[in-house]
Formats: sequence, C-alpha cells, structure tokens
Amino acid sequence: MAVGLTLIFGVMRVVNFAHGDMMVWGMYLAFVLATRAGLDPYLAFPVCAVALFALGVVVQRGLVDPIIEAPHEMQILLMLGVALVLENTALLIFGPEPARVRSPLARLAWEVGPLYVDVARLVTFAVAVVLTLALSLFLYRTDLGRLIRASADNHYGALVIGADVRRIYATAFGIGAACVGAAGALVSPILPFQPPTGLSLSVTSFNIVIIGGMGSLVGAFIGGLLVSVAESLGAVFLRPSLKELFSFSLLIVILLFRPAGLFGKRTP
Amino acid sequence: MWAAALAVAVLLALPAVLSGYAVTIFILIFFYAFLAQAWNVVGGYAGQLSAGHAAFVGVGGYTAALLFERGVTPWIGMFAGGALAAVLGAIIGYLGFRFGLRGFYFVLLTVAFAEICRILASNVEAVGGAVGLYITFTGNPRQFQFQDQRAYYYIALALMLLATGVTALIERRRFGIYLTAIREDETACEALGVDVLKYKLLAMIVSSFLAGLGGTFYAFQNFSLQPGAVFGIPLSVEIVIRPIIGGAGTLLGPILGSFILTPLGEVSRSYFGQSGLHGAHLIVYGVLLVAVVLFLPQGAYPYLRKLLSRRNIA
Repeated sequence: MAVGLTLIFGVMRVVNFAHGDMMVWGMYLAFVLATRAGLDPYLAFPVCAVALFALGVVVQRGLVDPIIEAPHEMQILLMLGVALVLENTALLIFGPEPARVRSPLARLAWEVGPLYVDVARLVTFAVAVVLTLALSLFLYRTDLGRLIRASADNHYGALVIGADVRRIYATAFGIGAACVGAAGALVSPILPFQPPTGLSLSVTSFNIVIIGGMGSLVGAFIGGLLVSVAESLGAVFLRPSLKELFSFSLLIVILLFRPAGLFGKRTP
Repeated sequence: MWAAALAVAVLLALPAVLSGYAVTIFILIFFYAFLAQAWNVVGGYAGQLSAGHAAFVGVGGYTAALLFERGVTPWIGMFAGGALAAVLGAIIGYLGFRFGLRGFYFVLLTVAFAEICRILASNVEAVGGAVGLYITFTGNPRQFQFQDQRAYYYIALALMLLATGVTALIERRRFGIYLTAIREDETACEALGVDVLKYKLLAMIVSSFLAGLGGTFYAFQNFSLQPGAVFGIPLSVEIVIRPIIGGAGTLLGPILGSFILTPLGEVSRSYFGQSGLHGAHLIVYGVLLVAVVLFLPQGAYPYLRKLLSRRNIA
C-alpha cells in the first residue's frame, strides 16, 4: 500500500492523508463481499481495487483538481478532511467493533523445517511482490506509465507536449487508490480492523514512504520491509507496545539526515 | 476596540444566565480557542504547519499532574509544564528548522514527535502507563480545583484572552511582521537578512509554552490524563482545524473557528451519540474542512470581514 502512496505523491506531490482510511474501506468491502456474497478475500481483491480506483478518481477530479496549484499545506488539510469523512462514515456504517474476514487459507500453515509459515501471509506477500513488479513495468514500459512519470517530473513540460495532465493525474490517483484497495482486501484476513485503524495505517505508510524514499517504488517496498523488521525486533527485545517507537525514531533520523529517503533521488 | 471590550463584558456576565451544560460548552469553546490561538502563532502567522501540538498539551498536563502528586500546587506546576513544553517545542523546532524541513516534512516531524511522546507516556509506569494519571479531587482552589464549573469558565476565558493578547502583541511588533514575511516567502526573507531560524524558533517556543499551560487546565478540569487523549493525533487535529476554518494567521480567526466548531462538534456528538452513531461530529469537521479549503482558503474570518466592509461602503 505504500506503493500506492508513493505513486500518488510522486506524481502529483499531493499528500494523501486519506490513504489509510481508503485502505480500511478496501478491508470493509472485502468484509462485506465475504459475509454477504461468500467471496474469499483472496479472490475479491480485484473487485476492491476497481472500487477504490473509482473512489480515487472521484476524489481527485472533484476535490484535488481545483486546488492542484495551491500550496502544499492546503492539500494536506483537504486530504485530512477527506480522511475524517471516510473514517467516520465507516464508523457510522460498520460500528466500532473490530472486524475480521475469515478465509480458509488463513488457517493453513506450511511446515518448512523448524518454522511454520503462514500460508495467508505468504500469499499476501507474493501478491504484493507481483503487484509492485506489475506497477513498475506499467510505469516504465507503457505509454501511459511514461506519461505519468513525465507529468510527475515536469508538469509544465508534459502540458507542452500535449499530454492531458488532468486525466493523467486522475488515473495516477486512481491507481494509487486501487493498490490500497487491493492491499486492504489482502490483509483483511490477517489483520483485525476497525474504522480508527485507518489513521494508524496512514501514519505507518507515511513512515514507510519517507524511509524508503518518495516517488521510488523499490524504496517503498524496501522501506516497508525495514519498518516491519524494526518493529518486530523492537517487539521481541523490548515490549510489544514499544515497537512503534522504533519506526518513529527511524523516521525522525531519516527526515533529518536524508529527507529524500534511502532510495529517493530528488531532494525535496 | 469597543466591540472587543463589549464582547469581553458579555462573556464575563454570561455565566449568570447560562445553564450548567451551556457553561461546559463555553469552557470547551474558550479552551479550544486558546489552544488554537497558541497554534496560530507558529502555524498561522509563521506558516509552519505543526500537526503535533497535542504533544505540548500532554507534556504540560503530565508535568503539572506529577508535580501535584509531589505536593506542588498546579498554579506553579502550570508554568513548569509550560516551560517543559517550550523546551520540547524548541527541540522540535530547532531540528525541523535547522535541517530545513518544510511543508509536509515538517508536518511529519511534528507528528512523529507527538507519537513518540504518546508511546513513551503509555509505557513508562512512573507516569501512569497506559492507564494514565488520575487526580484526586479535593475541591481546593489552591490546588486548581473548583466545585463550581463557573470558576473553570473564567479561567478558560482568561487563558483565551491571554493567548489572544500575546498574539496581538506579536502581530503589532516587528516579530509578527517577520513571521508573516517568513510565511509568504522564506527565501526572500532570508535574502533580506532576517534571521529566519531565530524567529521561527521563537514562534515555536511561544506557541508550545502556551499549549503547555493548556495541558494543566485540561488535567485539572478532567481530573485525569490518558496518553491517547492528550498526546494523540485526534487532539492535534482538533487544535489545527479551528484556526484553519476560522482563518489562520488572523487574530480572531481561531476564536471564530472555535465558536463555530466546538458547539457544532458537541451538539452533534451528543445528538448522534445518543442514537449510537459515533463519529458524526468528525464527519461534520471533515466536510467543513474540505469546504473551507475549496471555497474559503483564507478561512471564515477574513471572508466575514470582507463581507462587512463591503456592506459599509454600500
């Protein structure tokens, strides 16, 4: 899901505070599909991706587009407002109880030597890798992908060569949101969730993106690994409740000494 | 000037005719207006969007509450809390400004510090851990505790006026002009020889000191402090959203914002909360925030003033 964020930010320099909340919507969608239609979340994730793509395009077209030229702060605040609406609409509809999607896959485990490997986690990880690869192929090998990167690099230049920058932005925002939707559906059997989860998810994915490097897909991926390893080590050696301390300390250090992130090329 | 004096006189007289519930809402209005005004110094005038002001409230509240347990009256603890909050503000400000973090990066830095404070506070048993701190009620005014809610009303009012006075003072001096100049164009400011780092840092210290004072009020009005409530992101959002909606970087914007949002939030919270629909007030906040950003990016106060002056001319 950090991949989605890095796409949105990389292309449009719009900070999407509603990211985590969009992910929670992806989770609830998977939840509804699983309980009402009996669809396994591992099969339902494309549906969630499409739905979130639509949501992303609507938010971009209706809200972000009119103020794309405004200072960064205004966009942060705008997305904060969207995040508040999304989170609390979820709270109104689904209530505050934590939800969890059941999937037969989530109960399986493979024995690999002395270790038990959770099949559900493995599948999630594999899909995440595939999605990241597909996304980078898309960005680097297709015309639309090249246009997205061109608009990110130079808004004005892209306009000059005749690109429909508004449409490209909407697509990029949609794809970013779609990644989040897919990610939400995929982790819904592993992670119990409730509406306020969105906020902490947003914060975590910002951590990942900043640490990995804004606008870099590889960075987002490695940043994700780094943050989760740091948090698990922290949980093992200290107390589980202290684990976030590590990722936040890491974030501060990176912000101060390498604000472009570990894999970012541009200086902010 | 006369209008301001009249407004203060009305507010002073108001508790005599208000019901208990209305007094409580006014306390919240003043208190949040006070915090919003504190934020306004650094966020509005200097344009440094801090999303971690809850950290200062928390540090201030915890300091006063811990000192109170050791027999120090909160009337002194309040200033100790403010001072500690100012130290934290100076550290965050120095790191952020010295390393040139702007915009979104500064926002993240402040959030990260506030979250670290929250995690530490909920894990260190000496400060109450995840349960937080509870203050035993004595009802002794010397211990910042009052039987009568109206006492809190006047203190909250005084805090709001204090912060507004400080802001007005800053606005009229060279300091305030520097801050506005930094907000509008930092690079040009630096080129003209303004010590940008120094003034941003000063703004941050003033702002965090005031927010720290607010922490004591929070602690001794609620008689409890929970890490999630005083250090958490939701409180920071409450603090930021008022000046933005009212008009950041204006003297009366944060107050107007609080007078609009606090009653709205409280009423929708209690109205929808009764029917089991939680979070409705936050939807209202979110919609208002989106609307203000799209249609009134300067905030409500500058818009109102324009409206009024146009009518006077016509």
